[in-house]
Amino acid sequence: MEVKEVTLDSLLSEVQGLKAEEYRLIQICATKVNEDEYEILYTFGDRYDEVNLRFSVDGKTPIKSISHLYWAAFLYENEIHDLYGIEVENMVMDYRGGLYRTAEKAPFK
Amino acid sequence: MKISRSPWLLHYDASSCNGCDIEVLAATTPLYDVERFGIINTGNPKHADILVITGGVNAQSANVVKQIYSQMPDPKVVIAAGICACDGGIFKDCYNISGGTDTVIPVDIYVPGCAVRPEALIDGVIKAVALLDQKRKEAVEHASCQVDFSKRPAK
Amino acid sequence: MATRSVVPFGPQHPVLPEPIHLDLVLEDEKVVEAIPSIGFIHRGLEKLVEKKDFNEMVYVAERTCGICSFGHGYGYVDAVEHIMNIEVPERAQYLRTILFEMSRLHSHLLWLGLLADAFGFESLFMDTWRIREQILNMFEEATGGRVIFSINKIGGLRKDIPNEMLLSFVDRLDGIEKETRVAAKSFLEDSAVKSRLCGVGILTAKEAEELGCCGPMLRASGIRRDTRELGYGAYDDLDLHITTSNKGDSYARTEVRLGEIFQSIDLIKQAVKKIPDGPFDTPVKGFPNGEYMSRIEQPRGEACYYVKANGTKFVTRMRIRTPTFANIPALTKILQGCDMADVPIMIVTIDPCISCTER
Repeated sequence: MEVKEVTLDSLLSEVQGLKAEEYRLIQICATKVNEDEYEILYTFGDRYDEVNLRFSVDGKTPIKSISHLYWAAFLYENEIHDLYGIEVENMVMDYRGGLYRTAEKAPFK
Repeated sequence: MKISRSPWLLHYDASSCNGCDIEVLAATTPLYDVERFGIINTGNPKHADILVITGGVNAQSANVVKQIYSQMPDPKVVIAAGICACDGGIFKDCYNISGGTDTVIPVDIYVPGCAVRPEALIDGVIKAVALLDQKRKEAVEHASCQVDFSKRPAK
Repeated sequence: MATRSVVPFGPQHPVLPEPIHLDLVLEDEKVVEAIPSIGFIHRGLEKLVEKKDFNEMVYVAERTCGICSFGHGYGYVDAVEHIMNIEVPERAQYLRTILFEMSRLHSHLLWLGLLADAFGFESLFMDTWRIREQILNMFEEATGGRVIFSINKIGGLRKDIPNEMLLSFVDRLDGIEKETRVAAKSFLEDSAVKSRLCGVGILTAKEAEELGCCGPMLRASGIRRDTRELGYGAYDDLDLHITTSNKGDSYARTEVRLGEIFQSIDLIKQAVKKIPDGPFDTPVKGFPNGEYMSRIEQPRGEACYYVKANGTKFVTRMRIRTPTFANIPALTKILQGCDMADVPIMIVTIDPCISCTER
């Protein structure tokens, strides 16, 4: 599995580049690696090829939404917010923690 | 066994994986056909006599289950279909599952299985029908000695 | 000016086999906006990786959903096998492909029944489910389970399916094909059915691509993409014809799924002809270490299984991106501008699997 490492700041320009080449969004997911270390993995596809972008965050810094480029991303981003407690800035549709109404807050944190 | 009425059935998916849901539906279709006992799968709680719950209960669905149960007319029977509805099953350890159906409402009949087999479900439904008859009888006896119509409040 | 009102739809509703909630913003009878909210059957099974080891997780993955259970087990197993560099015997690959296509058959027949129920054609619902029972019988013979089989394991299958049984399946599939063709006529040619489906919930190719749709939803909008073309399992050796349609409405989605039923029957027949003899599993040593994302075509569309492991008994992360999750944005799109009375049909027509979506 090939993954291109990016940073929190370079993400948006990378995604913009992919959007211009008409890539589609496959998925976004978060993984807890260590205490206060999370990986956010973005997968894009062109026909059957996939491109993976990844960066690490500490869980307290908010990440930037890509939902103005890929509208469907709002579901994945709300999911990350609800399950991991990571804030996402500028989502086109913000459920404010109401997408998965879990019994305990941010259970994957 | 004699069945005196045609009980109607309401199914709610509390947080099941779908396996039990489609088996509950399959039990009403031609091969298994619980409808031959006069049972109809209804969507309205006020029409229902038997409540079939599939899946373990979570914080979200607990209130819905309670609400549906309270809207059903008495007497009523609750069936917990599948191991998740009985006690949480494989998802017992999940953070969002608080346990089986009996943590929220009283359950009369437990039908285990992952997924519940239509044969087992039919067996459970037949038991529910018998129990419903019994409850109805008790309710009638109870009512006849309790209600005094002469003391009805004036309008 | 028309009055605006918000109508809550679900979670318990006669047409919904599973709980989903939609806030429908109406202008008289027309829907102007639909806001989905999920979470009624969220269990949090991805978190179980901390409590169940990587072998036991196969059973948990299967129970993500009772309809596409085989596919979920397969996707997880496939990802772990890639991480551990396990060469799965060819017979196991073929058997998995056959079971996978049978799952697709049962899932699509189930959906056709639910669709018939949604537009009020109850005898057609009963008929398609009667046809489907024959496939469940085959599953029971082969694996012991009707909807959840637990036959997959890392390295192959837990038991073999003898060749005689496979041949008897092919005979029975001929009967199923004949019966489905009769039912297909009602779905595609009946004027009352057509009036409920034609032109309802149109999704153009551009919208489908932008909203990240997958599966029959995408193919009904004229985009020819099917993850089976990646050639996992035995699909590389089989002749796959992808069914598409250009109309993009509910009728097209019915057409595509019916086409896929016949396609699956054909694929199973091809696979049974070509299946090699030999072992059906391979021993597994050690623990997985690494990461992989496996993509497979479920009955509802492309599903992704991401597994990350660190060389211990427990994997660090299992993430399932299910097809319905990708199709929900499209649902909100097609609901805009439809009649309130058509909402149930629209919801059924994306073939929602909520327990997959919420996990």
